[in-house]
Amino acid sequence: MAEAFNFELVSPERLVFKDEVTEVVVPGVEGYFAVLKNHAPVIASLNPGYLDLTLASGETQRMYVRGGFADVNKNGLKILAEKAIPVAEVTGEFLSGEIDHAQAAVEASTSDGDRVVAELRVSRLKDIEQ
Amino acid sequence: MASLKDLRNRIASVKATQKITKAMQMVAAAKLRRAQLAAESARPYAASMEEVLANIAGNASSESAPRLLAGTGRDDTHLLVVATSERGLCGGFNSSISRLAIAKIKELKATGKTVKILCIGKKGHDILKRKYADDIIDVVDLRAVKSLGFSDAEAIGMQVLKLFADDAFDICTLFYSEFKTIMEQIPTAQQLIPASFEKVETGDEQAGAIYDYEPGEDEILADLLPRNVSVQIFRGLLENAASEQGARMSSMDSATRNAGEMIGKLTLSYNRQRQAQITKELIEIISGAEAV
Repeated sequence: MAEAFNFELVSPERLVFKDEVTEVVVPGVEGYFAVLKNHAPVIASLNPGYLDLTLASGETQRMYVRGGFADVNKNGLKILAEKAIPVAEVTGEFLSGEIDHAQAAVEASTSDGDRVVAELRVSRLKDIEQ
Repeated sequence: MASLKDLRNRIASVKATQKITKAMQMVAAAKLRRAQLAAESARPYAASMEEVLANIAGNASSESAPRLLAGTGRDDTHLLVVATSERGLCGGFNSSISRLAIAKIKELKATGKTVKILCIGKKGHDILKRKYADDIIDVVDLRAVKSLGFSDAEAIGMQVLKLFADDAFDICTLFYSEFKTIMEQIPTAQQLIPASFEKVETGDEQAGAIYDYEPGEDEILADLLPRNVSVQIFRGLLENAASEQGARMSSMDSATRNAGEMIGKLTLSYNRQRQAQITKELIEIISGAEAV
């Protein structure tokens, strides 16, 4: 049995989730990665995607997160996301709204680097939609 | 001397005013609780954001630092984002923020800098346009917004960033009112661009941790700095919302108390006059009876 650690999911509006978990799969920009107890300290940017967490009770939950970063340190994992909602509330309509939002960022990007990142986000969202 | 009827009317009208101010105070108290809750729940996000940014920014070398952190290298043009409320009747709330902004504008103009103003909220715009109508580049109207969401702040943040990308200004400062207590709101000026961070205490064990960065420090910094602008604006707006309700509550409270005092005085003079009239009538009757 994996050991439990603290996990916090914070959006600008409120603290979305705070509990003991045993495992969290985070949608990082360079791919999904799992965080277990005593993970090395890391700060990672997030892509829009699903966050899978396993509670200490063994129950699993899935959340949609967009924008922000994960901060892993010895106190646990903290995720700051611009948007975070439970997967049950994710609808096709909501996703297309999110895609529009990401698409707007592509239009607004001023440098090639920004554009590549923004386009990556759009394609990632389109993957989820399917 | 006002007649009895006049006095009665005045008492009735002051009582009606008192009822209104009392109701406004209670509404403000209820809204304050919600606004305070919102401001408090936004704090962990802003605080963690700042902590992480300060951590990375401390390590980043000054040459490769993004413009949002290092600035443009000039300070000729200043953008002042002045956040106020959409409604009045909240004591000195709007005027104290505007006063702080005006002091800053005067100071900048005296040294020959260009000033641009972005107003959030109608009341501050009303005050500032009297003197600096030419410097106001835009007004953000939040009247239609029922409960302030992050997307509202994000839209303003985007606008500021776009201006910055177009080289429209060098330094951006946000003016808002920080919520301390119901009685005390502090007008605050916070520099948004270039971002300034307080030094992280080295004694903090968390700050001492050596982090891995994914993808890289520079990329994360480039990703987070624009977001930080929106987050800071969001926090400022939430603090403002709580301050506004607090200011309204305390000003309506004193208005209610003043009305109570006034009713007391008016009632006293009403009673005196009534008694004087009764006495006068009695004297007339008695002296009339004696004459017979």
